[in-house]
Amino acid sequence: MAEAVQTDLREELLPAREVDLRRSLRVGLLGGLTAVFVSAVGMVQSFDEAGLVVGPLSFGDILLLAVPFVFGVLAGQPPPVLKGFAEPTPGARNVIAGGVAGLLTGVVLGVFVALVDTFDVRDIFTRISPELLDILTYGQTLAVGILIGLVVNVILGLAGGASKLLGQRWRRPLFRALLVVVMLGVLEALVSQILRGARLGRVQDALYAPTGELQLPSAIAIGLGLFGLGLWLRDQPRAVRERIGAMERERRRLVAAGALVALVAVLGILPRVLGPFLTEVLNIAGIFLLMALGLNIVVGLAGLLDLGYVAFYAVGAYATAVLTSPASQAFSPELSFWVALPLVILAAVAAGLLVGTPVLRMRGDYLAIVTLGFGEIARILFLSDALKPVFGGAQGILRVPDIAIGPIEFRGPELFFYAILAFALVASYIVYALQDSRIGRAWMAMREDERVAEAMGVNTVAAKLWAFVIGAMLASFGGALIAVKVGSIFPNSFNVIVSFTVLIIIIVGGMASIPGVIVGALILVALPELLREFQEFRYLLYGALLIVMMLRRPEGLIPSRRRARELHEEEVVQDAWLRAQAADASATPSGE
Amino acid sequence: MAETVGLKARRAGRLSGVDAFLWFVRVVVLVAVAWGSYKSISSGRLTAAQWRGLIVAGVSQGAVYGLVALGYTMVYGVLRFINFAHGEVFMAGSMIGFFVANGLSGTAMWASLPFVALLIALLAAMATSTSISLVLERVAYRPLRGLPRLVPFITAVGASFFLQYTFAGLFGADSKAYPPVEALKGGFTIVGFRFGKVQALVIVATIVMMIGLYLFVERTKAGRAIRAVSEDQEMASLMGINVDRSIALVFAVGGAMAGAGGLLYGLTFGQVDFLSGFLVGIKAFTASVLGGIGNLAGAMVGGLVLGLIESLGPSLVLFGLGVPSAHQLQDVVAFLALVMILIFRPTGILGERLAEERA
Repeated sequence: MAEAVQTDLREELLPAREVDLRRSLRVGLLGGLTAVFVSAVGMVQSFDEAGLVVGPLSFGDILLLAVPFVFGVLAGQPPPVLKGFAEPTPGARNVIAGGVAGLLTGVVLGVFVALVDTFDVRDIFTRISPELLDILTYGQTLAVGILIGLVVNVILGLAGGASKLLGQRWRRPLFRALLVVVMLGVLEALVSQILRGARLGRVQDALYAPTGELQLPSAIAIGLGLFGLGLWLRDQPRAVRERIGAMERERRRLVAAGALVALVAVLGILPRVLGPFLTEVLNIAGIFLLMALGLNIVVGLAGLLDLGYVAFYAVGAYATAVLTSPASQAFSPELSFWVALPLVILAAVAAGLLVGTPVLRMRGDYLAIVTLGFGEIARILFLSDALKPVFGGAQGILRVPDIAIGPIEFRGPELFFYAILAFALVASYIVYALQDSRIGRAWMAMREDERVAEAMGVNTVAAKLWAFVIGAMLASFGGALIAVKVGSIFPNSFNVIVSFTVLIIIIVGGMASIPGVIVGALILVALPELLREFQEFRYLLYGALLIVMMLRRPEGLIPSRRRARELHEEEVVQDAWLRAQAADASATPSGE
Repeated sequence: MAETVGLKARRAGRLSGVDAFLWFVRVVVLVAVAWGSYKSISSGRLTAAQWRGLIVAGVSQGAVYGLVALGYTMVYGVLRFINFAHGEVFMAGSMIGFFVANGLSGTAMWASLPFVALLIALLAAMATSTSISLVLERVAYRPLRGLPRLVPFITAVGASFFLQYTFAGLFGADSKAYPPVEALKGGFTIVGFRFGKVQALVIVATIVMMIGLYLFVERTKAGRAIRAVSEDQEMASLMGINVDRSIALVFAVGGAMAGAGGLLYGLTFGQVDFLSGFLVGIKAFTASVLGGIGNLAGAMVGGLVLGLIESLGPSLVLFGLGVPSAHQLQDVVAFLALVMILIFRPTGILGERLAEERA
């Protein structure tokens, strides 16, 4: 009897067997709008200039083709089932759902193309050009182009939906291999430079055509190879992790230390392999990394959303420039960098206290806006004529001397890399050491609940001020380095976009997680520098990324375990409840 | 009892350094404002007519801030969250208003029926802002309701970026110059105050809009539902109010006001670009805090006060203190005003109107 009821329930709770047409249509519509969006905003056309694989396929094409495929995958994905219920076995309906989504994507894009072709909207939408139309119609006439587009979209949608049939085991290596091949094509400059630096010119010739596109045969070979490798290594990473996890504490430490030493050694020879341009890119990422490490304390650990972080960066840069450069009119002691550094830190501490004190008692979102205001105040003050004698107004400060240790001057990106590396290591160590210190725990307690933390004896005033002061210090390191690196500073390079970039680094990377911040800085700062075509859409993508991260993965790419647990508290509780239910069910005999 | 007193005393003792600092700041600011005003008024650099001109400019600027502030204050009242992207909603209205006005400026209507043309542009701007505001709510904020407050706030920061650079991509990054309106040239004088026609239009339109909004919120069923939801969401839903729809309505109304503000801003300053929303957004937020967040009348009052502070501040205070080229520091004055309000009176001029803090 009980069993019959249970099966009835299950039938009822399972998703319908047939294709969920409304859902696929909705996904398809979103896909169509996405395709129209990337076209109208100019991405397709800009990326079209970046060749990917020898032949007709450019990165812009890939972008257009990826849309129906991705939305096909989404449509083919059955709606999530509650834990404890079986997922329906994939079948033809996944494929059909993907195809329907692809069809609608194609229809929406086709309508867009037809509309744009009939009405001239170039005066309003600056990016809708004949070249864009040419790409969207595959170089054919309008009707033929739209028809081709429809067919292509349906096929890709079907393929996307069909990927569900493959099962996790095949799908993941396949997608990874595809992604790596695309990235190899996109990051041609980086990969060939590394290959050249490592004296593997022959590999480079085999991989890329002289014009920079991937060679088709090698692209296919790499794709297949990676797919095979992925299949073969399927369980390896987990096995390695488990083996390390099973080690004793001492040995685990040894392994970690060994990995760290190896990493530092690799970093040491990196400038040589990368060459000046790529090292320069890495330097920029390093400066942002320094700031991100600092903001990670303020936002990630202490939970104080500071949107005016650029102010501290600016203070560091201006203090360094004024103290070391001969160019400031009213005040230029022309100290050496190392003598100036303690004074720069002092200035940063003062700035941290100045910003931190008034906001002590503000609630979280007010604090964000007020710090944003402080950031703008700093920029406007540095820019103003009122303070021009000291800070140079709009002309900024020129002729900031290089860092020197004895006779060695850290000039040129390769040498400067070591200066940044040193600072980054120090900063990482500071953050690492603080995380589990008394103050670090006070910060985390405060992040969770200020009132409770205070009741437990945490001095929240001191904790907040410390967070601001240390955050300001690390940002001022970044500022000092950028002033020396560029050799001149201008007020408008310290605008709010810097604050947001740093914030996005820590959010995407993972709040309160040092590896996360490093990865975030590399992905969000270094990568866009490498992809010239991306540059103009950088902030657009940042914004989209921020929204998607918050909706899908608020703990970041490489989360700190504690933070992730806090954000998914409800799910954890639910899982625990389900487990308890299962345990109960198995404990009580089924006859009851 | 004695214990609590002891605790309080200890707490006060611990905070005293900070408190002393904050009191110091308060006194310094008061003295600086008083001294600066005294010096610049006694110096006679500006004539009385010029001062009155600044006041009118401040009021009309403040009216636009007030319109945008309504969106912040309503959303905060209901969701306790700062819709950071609201400035971009404003910018979108201003931008689309420009395109409609620009399109109409080539037709005969622009010269013969300028106010009808402006009304069309106004409606287009309001419609754009309303729909963007609604999409934002649906896509970015609704799924995050109930999470820690900083999560939707960060999402809003992302949405703000996304919208800015979407508009830059779609319509180009250059600044768009509104077409001139013949009927709005010149001005007139009322009791010594000289109004430009544009300024008068902005003030009148804002008053009309405010009355409409007041009637909507206080007199209609939907308005009552909104008030109920801002009071207590759970209870409202138990009473049969569709909470989702009420919240969407709040975003829609806030968006419409921001769109109207966008067009009026465009007419006042004659241009708009994709970054225009940023500063106006922060200032409008300042206005809503100044008036008391969650308080509709407060948003308007706050807007007007901020507009006045901003237009009078540099000439009145900074000039008197001997700061050179004080007008560059207009934005600094506005931001400092925000910081000062939050130190002096975080509940704003008219007081906050929030249901009990439940966060």
